[in-house]
Amino acid sequence: MLSLREVTVRYGDTVAVDHVSLDLPAGEVLAVLGPSGCGKSTLLRAVAGLEPLTSGRIEVDGVDLAGTPTHKRGFALMFQDGQLFGHLTVARNVAYALRLRRTPREQLAARVAELLSLVGLEGYADRLPGTLSGGEQQRVALARALAVEPRLLLLDEPLSALDATLRQRLAGELREILVAAGTTALLVTHDHEEAFALADRLAVMRNGRVVQSGPIDEVWRTPVDEETALFLGYARVLRGGAARLLLEAGGLPAADAVAVRRSALVVADDGPLAATVVSARVTPDQIRLVVGVDGVGEVDAVAPLDTHAAAGESVRLRVDVTRLAVLRIEHAL
Amino acid sequence: MRRIAGLLLAAAVPVAVLAVLFVLPVGGMLAQGFAPQGRLDPGGVLDVLARPRVRRVAWFTLWTAGAGTALAVLLGLPAAFVLHRLAVPGRHAIRAALLVPFVLPTVVVGVAFRQLLGEGGPLGFLGLEGTPVAILAGLVFFNVAVVVRAVGAAWEALDPRPGEAAAALGASPLQVLLTVTLPALRPAIVGAASSVFLFCATAFGIVLTLGGVRYATVETEIYLLTTTLFDLRAAAALSIVQLIVVVGLLAVSARLRFTPDPGRRSATAAPRAVRRSDWTALALTLLTLVALALPILTLVAGSFRVDGSWSVDNYVALGGAGDNGALLVPVTTALLTSLRTAVDATWMALAMGLAVSLIVTRRSHGPAERRVRSVLDGFFMLPLGVSAVTLGFGFLITLDQPPLDLRDSPLLVPMAQALVALPLVVRTLAPVLAGIDDRQRQAAASLGASPWRALLTVDLPAVWKPLLAASGFAFAASLGEFGATSFLARDEAPTVPVVIFRLIGHPGEMNYGMALAASVVLATATAVVMLLVERLRVPSVGAF
Repeated sequence: MLSLREVTVRYGDTVAVDHVSLDLPAGEVLAVLGPSGCGKSTLLRAVAGLEPLTSGRIEVDGVDLAGTPTHKRGFALMFQDGQLFGHLTVARNVAYALRLRRTPREQLAARVAELLSLVGLEGYADRLPGTLSGGEQQRVALARALAVEPRLLLLDEPLSALDATLRQRLAGELREILVAAGTTALLVTHDHEEAFALADRLAVMRNGRVVQSGPIDEVWRTPVDEETALFLGYARVLRGGAARLLLEAGGLPAADAVAVRRSALVVADDGPLAATVVSARVTPDQIRLVVGVDGVGEVDAVAPLDTHAAAGESVRLRVDVTRLAVLRIEHAL
Repeated sequence: MRRIAGLLLAAAVPVAVLAVLFVLPVGGMLAQGFAPQGRLDPGGVLDVLARPRVRRVAWFTLWTAGAGTALAVLLGLPAAFVLHRLAVPGRHAIRAALLVPFVLPTVVVGVAFRQLLGEGGPLGFLGLEGTPVAILAGLVFFNVAVVVRAVGAAWEALDPRPGEAAAALGASPLQVLLTVTLPALRPAIVGAASSVFLFCATAFGIVLTLGGVRYATVETEIYLLTTTLFDLRAAAALSIVQLIVVVGLLAVSARLRFTPDPGRRSATAAPRAVRRSDWTALALTLLTLVALALPILTLVAGSFRVDGSWSVDNYVALGGAGDNGALLVPVTTALLTSLRTAVDATWMALAMGLAVSLIVTRRSHGPAERRVRSVLDGFFMLPLGVSAVTLGFGFLITLDQPPLDLRDSPLLVPMAQALVALPLVVRTLAPVLAGIDDRQRQAAASLGASPWRALLTVDLPAVWKPLLAASGFAFAASLGEFGATSFLARDEAPTVPVVIFRLIGHPGEMNYGMALAASVVLATATAVVMLLVERLRVPSVGAF
């Protein structure tokens, strides 16, 4: 559906987006994940037609969008903080695009009601945006974006302005709404949890380049390098002897580097690794440990809440192989 | 209790000054209107207002102010967009230059328009000299800059993303402008328009020089009644009406005014490259700029013409007192008087303005203190409601007998000018002081700083640049002040605007040329001061 070919955006001497090529099939959600300043927002704006391309092509269904201004692209853009029109009521905000298309009055009212119930905001029609909470504003923004069934929904960190609990809940709802509506969406975010909550596909972006892309579970299981692994939420990367020891304990073939999640090492009486607890901290789900493992050094580990693991004690650890990723090391010396 | 006592102590000096220089003159004026010769006779005011000429004057004031406001807004909006949102080369210089018309002495602008529209002027063929259209053009000339600055600042601070969201939803650039941008700018536009209306309705120098006796507004009528007809009672009656209307307008405009928050400059969007769809706005802006430059250029050109050839004789003649005894002193002496007066007016306005700004922006502890502070706040804002002419008139009729006989004091004119400039100073300083988070002072106090030391280390570093800008602003305003000064300046010690007005009204070949030359000198002085102020980049300056 959407395809980017060698898209480049420059501001003077700085290259914000550097030869990015991506494909987004119809009906799927692609998340572009990257740290702030990596060029992901510029990429989104370029797709929206708000930034001119220096070179490259953006196509939808094989048609080049180069000469098409933003308002004729048939997309919808949803910002981090909603960017509702403060002078219009909720209903008017949602109806904005419908009015532009001169939708008949009865049809318009019905569609607005439908959308507000889709985002769970029945009865909010006559409120002004200023009186809504952050989460409610964000849902109105979503309803507004979905009103005319855009060919492509562009989401700029749609959840990151919200607090943690709300973010989790809204992420689930947003995903359901997107799937139910069969929307094709491009999402940019720096928060890997937001990406995992919403997307089917993932592209990792760094310094203007896409360093890895593919189905989300695939990218997750095989990060392309250390930086990507750390950005995806792996706690640390072990190399050399430490990596080999850990992989052996997990029954995996040897490799030079392995990225581990915090929960890759689990306290278990029959575990193959011996370790000493350096520090322990109780969380609602489990005990988080820092342990010294012979031949590996200090690493993170977890223990079930019912185990007794205080600092200074010796424990046995097993390796949870679903929680680590083997890295190919490029240019290793 | 101690805090309130301290507050009252700090406020005592400004309150006393305002009592003498404001309450007394205005009170005297009210007394003159309601109780002439000590007998209460409020009906007399109504008699004055029933006069046909007074009604005509009131109506003329209203419609010129309304039309002037509408035109200034219409011309100002495209220019605000082009100069504040587009990456037009030289936009900073143009923005700075745009401030010049607003601070140009009103008399100078009047002279410039006479030169432009008069017989033999570049637009003389239009036959507009001495018509209301000329007055209207003068009013618009002054106030376009107000709209450009106020709306431009808001436009610059406007988050572009709602507009982008609208565009992504299918709104064309025009639809984005109408449905998103203009509604978001409405407070700024309405605020600017109400300020402009106020400026137009109280315009004095421009109306007096272009309209003369025939087309008078309330302001000029007060002047004419006082100085040529000696009908103090009617003048007082008009002043009272003026006072009521202006205070009402101010109350409205204060609620609507948009002041850029000096603490939040980061939100401004970078100006974007010019697109083909911007050509209408660009063309309109160019037209506006040409229209603004034309009177000034004509004025400068005219000042170098004597008997149809180029010459600097007009400037040389400034060393003398003009033909046919037009003046009692040479223009150069008047220039010195002007500068001295402006220096005095500036320090007075600055001292008062700083004290007032500090007092009204401090955080109150407890409801009693807050009540005292808000009463003080309201009291200090009173001078805003009085036009310069009313003030001058009030000074004239009250400060002329012991123990307050200031008629011959060289400080009388600076005091009046300082009061006129006071609102400019307060409006520049107060937003900056209010923008300092009070927790900074609390942090300083917790680290052992005395209140005095906190003032020096927290407030002063933030406020010194605005203070400098405010002093420049006050200085320029004082240099060009004509409304109050025209009442108060003694014949043997006139300021330059007074001299210019006298020269254009006095027959004699050289006099008119000298008026042009003096206007150019005065305009250059104010423009230089204002351009220096603009270089300080204090956002609240000129947030009228």
